[in-house]
Order: sequence, then C-alpha cells, then structure tokens
Amino acid sequence: MKVDWIKKTKEGIQVKDGSFFVDPIYPVKKAIITHGHADHARAGHEHVIATLETLEIMKERYGSNFCKKSTELKYHEKLIIEEVEIFLAPAGHVLGSAQVVMNFANQVITVSGDYKRQDDPTCAAFEPIKSDIFITEATFALPVFKHPNANTQINLLIKSIQNFPERCHVIGVYSLGKAQRLIKMLRNNGWHNTIYLHGSLVKICNLYEKFGIDLGDLEPATIQDKPEKPHDFYKGKLILAPPSALADRWSRRFPDPILGMASGWMTVKQRAKQRGINLPLILSDHADWNEILTTIKEVSPKEVWITHGAEEALIYECSKNNLTAKALSIIGYESDTDL
Amino acid sequence: MKRFAELLLNLILTSSRNDKIDHIVNWIKDSNSEEIGWGLSIICEELEISKVKPSMIKEISKLHIDKYLFDLSYDYVGDMAETVSLIWPEKNIKNANFSSVTLTYVIKDLINVQKKEAPELISNYLDNFDQNTRWAFLKIITGGLRVGVSSRLAKTAISKYSNKNIKDIEELWHAFDPPYKEIIEWSKGIIEKPIVKDKPIFRSPMLANPLEENDYKLINPISYLAEWKWDGIRVQLVSMKNEVKLYSRSGDDISNSFPDIIENSFSQDFCLDGELMAGSIKIPGSFNDLQQRLNRKNPSKDLIRNMPTFIVAYDALYIKDQDIRDKSVIDRRGLLKAFILEEKLSFIKFSDEVVFKNFKDLEGKRLQCRQDLNYEGLMLKLRNSTYEPGRPKGPWFKFKRDPYSIDVVLLYAQRGHGKRSSFYSDYTFGVWNGYLENRELVTVGKAYSGFTDQELLKLDKFIRANTTNRFGPVREVEKTLVLEVAFDDIQKSKRHKSGLAMRFPRIKRIRWDKPANEADTIENLERLLNVRN
Repeated sequence: MKVDWIKKTKEGIQVKDGSFFVDPIYPVKKAIITHGHADHARAGHEHVIATLETLEIMKERYGSNFCKKSTELKYHEKLIIEEVEIFLAPAGHVLGSAQVVMNFANQVITVSGDYKRQDDPTCAAFEPIKSDIFITEATFALPVFKHPNANTQINLLIKSIQNFPERCHVIGVYSLGKAQRLIKMLRNNGWHNTIYLHGSLVKICNLYEKFGIDLGDLEPATIQDKPEKPHDFYKGKLILAPPSALADRWSRRFPDPILGMASGWMTVKQRAKQRGINLPLILSDHADWNEILTTIKEVSPKEVWITHGAEEALIYECSKNNLTAKALSIIGYESDTDL
Repeated sequence: MKRFAELLLNLILTSSRNDKIDHIVNWIKDSNSEEIGWGLSIICEELEISKVKPSMIKEISKLHIDKYLFDLSYDYVGDMAETVSLIWPEKNIKNANFSSVTLTYVIKDLINVQKKEAPELISNYLDNFDQNTRWAFLKIITGGLRVGVSSRLAKTAISKYSNKNIKDIEELWHAFDPPYKEIIEWSKGIIEKPIVKDKPIFRSPMLANPLEENDYKLINPISYLAEWKWDGIRVQLVSMKNEVKLYSRSGDDISNSFPDIIENSFSQDFCLDGELMAGSIKIPGSFNDLQQRLNRKNPSKDLIRNMPTFIVAYDALYIKDQDIRDKSVIDRRGLLKAFILEEKLSFIKFSDEVVFKNFKDLEGKRLQCRQDLNYEGLMLKLRNSTYEPGRPKGPWFKFKRDPYSIDVVLLYAQRGHGKRSSFYSDYTFGVWNGYLENRELVTVGKAYSGFTDQELLKLDKFIRANTTNRFGPVREVEKTLVLEVAFDDIQKSKRHKSGLAMRFPRIKRIRWDKPANEADTIENLERLLNVRN
C-alpha cells in the first residue's frame, strides 16, 4: 500500500511533512498525544492536542506551562489539520487514553497508542475502528503472554492480605493508571479498607477523583503522624508505591513487608524472582498476545505497523495470515518498563 | 502434585532463607512420607527420570505450537519449563481428577512410562494441569529448578521439622535412594535411626581459609604441617563392604565418571579425602587435562586410556571400621599412609609433608609453585586439629601461589566481536557483599580472555540456557556459575559497584564444580587491596 503522508522520523510518527506528530519523542510545533505516560507525553511541544484528561495529567506532571497552546479534543470529535481529518477513540489504556484515527486521501490510518482489551473501571473501553493501516504497540506480543482475568489477581491480593495479618503488603504500581485501576478494582471486589500511598502516587489519584472516579479512603503512607508505632500501625495494611521504591530503603520501614508488583511482566516467574517480588500480580495496561491478534482482526487493516515491543513475533504472525506488517522500531517508547 | 507446585512457587518467590525453610516445613507437614521423599529428591536435584528427556518436551511443544513463535518465546523467557508451561494451549474443559493427582503418582508415571508412550502421557498432563502445576511438572523433567534452595537448605528444613541433627541427616542422605523412605520415617519418629555403617556415605568435608598477612605469625613448623595444594578437584573416595563411591566436594556422586577409580577393589573399608588429578602418579597432568574428564558421565575406554586419573590423598575420615575424625591430623595421616602402603594402590598417592624451617622458608616454597602447574600453593594444617566439617577458622589454611586469583560469580554476558561475534564472550562478574540472607553479588570486573575456544562454546551455551533478563545486548544470567579469575593488581575504582577494579582480569578456570555461595567475598578483595597499599 502506497502511503506518502505519514512516516516514521526520529521524532516518531510524522504526518504531512511535519504538520503534526503523534506522541513525538522530541519537542515539535504540533503534537497529538495519545495518553499521559511520560514516554508518550513529553514536555516542550508548542501546541498539544489531546483529551482533557491527558492534558490535565500533563499539566499535573510538567506544570501549567507544559506547552504554549493546548487543544482539548473529545472522543469522536472531528478536527482537520492540513486536510487530514482526525478524531480520537478510546484506547482502554489509562484515563483519557486515545487512539488517533486519521483520514486523508481515502486512507484511514489509526495509531493505537498503548491499549488493552480487559475491563478497566477507570477508563473508557477500547473501540476498534476499521482502518487501512493499524499502527499498534506490541509490548506483550509473544504467545507466552496470556494475561489472566484481572479480578483473579485482585482476589489473590485480597486473600494474601487476609492470610498475613501480621505483615503489610507493599505493592509496586505505576503511578498513572495501574495504581488507580488496582484501587478501583479492589473497591469493586468489596475491599474498602484505607489504602496507604507513597507520596509520588497521591497527585494522580487526586486527579482521577476529580474526574469522578471514586477511589475510597486513601492516605499517605507516612510514619511520623501515626498514633502508635509505625511498625504496629501498618500490620495488615496495604501500601502502594512506585516499583522503584520497593527495592529502596523506603519499604523497610514497614513491618515485615510482602513485596508485590502489578505488571504484565510478572507472568515470568524468574522476572519476579530477580526483583525480589513475593507476590506477583499479573495486571497489565497492555494487550496480551491474544488481545493484539483479536484487535487486528477487528480493525481489519491492510497493513500493520508496529511502534515498539516484541515485533518479530507479531510480524511473523501477521505474515502467516497474509497481512503485511513492519516494525517502526521507535526508540524511546519504553516497552520494558510497564511496572 | 498441586501442593508441591505451590511449594516450588513459594520458594521461587521467597528470598529469605528462614521463610524458605518454613515453606518446606509446612509442605512436609501437609504430605505423606513417600511424597516428601520424592519432593526432596526433586529439590535436591537427585531424581533422574531416564525415560523422559528434556528434548522430548521441546518436540512435543512443537507439535502444538508454531516453531518460530516457540523459539522467540523461549529466547525471551530463557527457561524451557517455564516457556512451555506458559505457551501451552489452555484447554477449556479439564479432567477434574488431575487437580488431586499426587506427586508420587506423577513420578511413578514418569519412571514407568514406555518411551513410545511418553509424549502422549506428557501432553495429557499438560492439557489437564493449571499453569503453575504445568511448570512444576516440566521442572521435574527438565531439572534445573532455580528456586534458590540448595540441598543443604532442604536438609536444614528436615532438621527443623524433625529436631534431628543436620549432620546425621546429611550422612544418611547418601546411603539411600529416592524417595528416601528410611530417612523420612526416621525423621518422623516412625522408625529408629537406620544403620548406615555398612554403606559408602558422603561426609561433609573440612575446608580451609586463605592465609592472610595477619595469620603469618601463627605459622611455624611445630604447630603446622605443610603440604602442597594440589591443583585438581577435591574428592572423597569411600569404600564400604566392597561398594565404592567417589563424591565431589559438594557431595555429588561422580562415580560414573571415573570407572578407572571406582572399579578397583580394596581389602578394607575406608573414606579418604584427596585431590583428583589427571595423568598418573609418575606423570601428572595439568588441570586443563583433567577438564577432559570432568562432567563426562560415561567416558569411553579410549578417553580413560589417554587421560587416566589418580588421587592424591591427604586425609582419612574412616579407616578399618573406625571413624577417625576425632583423631589429630597427624594421627589420621599416619593411618592413611599405612593404609596406602598396605593396599599397594597404583592410583593413590600419599600427599607428603613439605618440610619447612620457618615462615620465610615457606614463602620461598610457595614461590616455587609458580613454576609448577600441579601445585596451586600450600596447605597448612594445625598438627593437633581434628576433622571438622565446614570451614572453621584456624586449623586449615590455604596459601595460594601468585598471581592473585579469586572465585567470582558470572552475572552478565555480552556478545563478543570478530572471531567471537555471536558468542557470549565478554563476562561481567561479581563477588558477595554482606552477610547471610542480605548477601548480594556486586560487580567487580569484566573479563574477555583466558579461556580456550572449547570453553567459550560451553560458556556461551551456559549463558543462553541460563539467561534471566536482558538489557539490550546484555544478558543477565542465573547466578550459579563460578569463574576463577586471575589478575595482576587491584585498585579502587568507581567503575564497578564494588568500588574496586582489577588489572588484566582473565578467566583462569571455569569452576563448574564449585557452588556459587562459596565464591569470594568483597572483604577478601578489599584485604588484597590493603595488602597492596
């Protein structure tokens, strides 16, 4: 298929000779941002177009001057730039995450951004959009990755907390998306105790609440202001922290902590072992092997382009089904840090 | 089976030694004697299932899963059992009987199956087990559990469960085969302690500490006897009622690899401690020569003829119906020497005393070792010391020859260039830092040379088979392989996490025989630094 209006440059996905970019790695004049994770939403662009949620997340992280001009685009609201008709569709990845659907010269090209197909009570579900070219991620594009139903993992956590009342659980979660999904799913599964947060998770949780996602009782996981010895206070409690804090001295302040991690990488036992994880929870923001294949079927593109991840396996699987696929190999999207 | 699979999962996800012991004890409480025995034989890597080979697993998988996708997945996960357990197509309807099938039942199936029927049997289990049980099931077949439990730790758990002395457990262990019915029933208090006097058991060896400058003042010919430190591998040769066994220092039964040693007959019972060497007493070979014989389960007659082995014996633990570990090293060696003379054995040489006048004289002798490939240095033994298992500080010292060499653990590997492109030939290694369960390996250096082309092939194979993580082109490996690294000097440096850097480190030897927990510590290296400055 001949396409001359969209290509990969060092900045990432470039449209109409640089009229705008999708999730560029370097500062550009005009950028459409799929979602708020730092590797996709970088600071320093002049004009940012995204959902309101994504704009608010960027503001929270980079300050209100994160760009000179911002344009809010609702899901399915049309926008035309240089004759390219654009709209955003939900990607099911994190709050405000979107696919970018672009139509020009009778070709529909969709950039998925990061996405998943499992239920997530904290964001709108992925909508497959029929496209000629589907530009997909491939973080977990290997047949060993079959994410179990997320509720089973939430129940593992609840059971573990009940089984070890003398210990506390410190679970590593990515601060945007994973933390809030885990909390909301705990609430939906009937677990309403106070959850204690590492300082770096507080802001984004507040933001989610501002968008109407009730996360229940949350408190900072501090030790100075507790009525009794912190060691006793945190027995049987649940604490969430960014993955980096697990290995840090920070987690040692708690009583005999059980260290957990909520991530798709926890599928591989040796990975969990390496990081010293006692309770691996396979809870991912990304599509697994079957979800990716199903999605491609539903989008039914003529070509598949792959931004980042395990490209070889997906290219191979597409070609087996007579579908052209190629790797864009965008350097800068962190495929290995879904933690 | 499901309960055992849970145990393995708990063990892999627990880093604390005590928690691991608790997990094993809890599992023992939940299981019957036979199951305990089989399970422990798996954990101690002592169960051999001859009818089902790991290669069969790969073949079966490829019937169900695309070969290319399988290879990519295996390359990513880096462990055959785990890859297959994850990638195996999940059946919607499973036979409920499989969730209650016992470990004993599974093992007996694997032992008794006809080779032709094995693929169907395995597929059937994989179809009906859940993912974790599939993983444990495949681990039984492939071995290499990697759950971080040494055979010593497993025995510690039995000791905790039963209140029996670990020394007794370890000594009994080698007298029985899986599922160790007698040992388990004794530990449960069902039967009296089995009498194993008549069996060729392994006894934990006594180990030496390196001689450091602070220790020099202790060394004089009245208190200490000196011997050459022979450059082979430490072995224990045992004969009881005409049953002969050869054990490595870690207690592995290596009898099958050395028929030239064990197919001799002896007129009396004994257990002796010595060094296995290549060549003959008259014409000894180098350690490199010996490597041709190591890790060969059934050596050919030609190989044995071309590269025979012999033992330099330096100690005895048991001679003529008597455990002599409580006697002094001088008395033990006297009995040993008499024994060798009486038996007139052509393949056992007595390790003679190296006479020295004073410490200066001894240092001169150590310098001689530099020119002689068979002497790794000197051993110094307190004349009145008894034989104590483990590494007590004081009675035994090793006084190694120059250059500096340390035992490190391989941590990361990267592909080489030129002649070595595509082979993993650049090795980053580390030493232990900290104590007990807080111990961790910290990087100290990188080496690119010192090995032969054949050794490179073996290292490359090890790295590919034991990769646990990747950072771009760098592979992190299972921390199990000990490398002896030689180097000329040591300095402070910020390049490595240890804060030390070596000058011209090279791989002197691959210590396939040495457990990683016995690699050197950072203190040992720092002491060298202090010696230098």
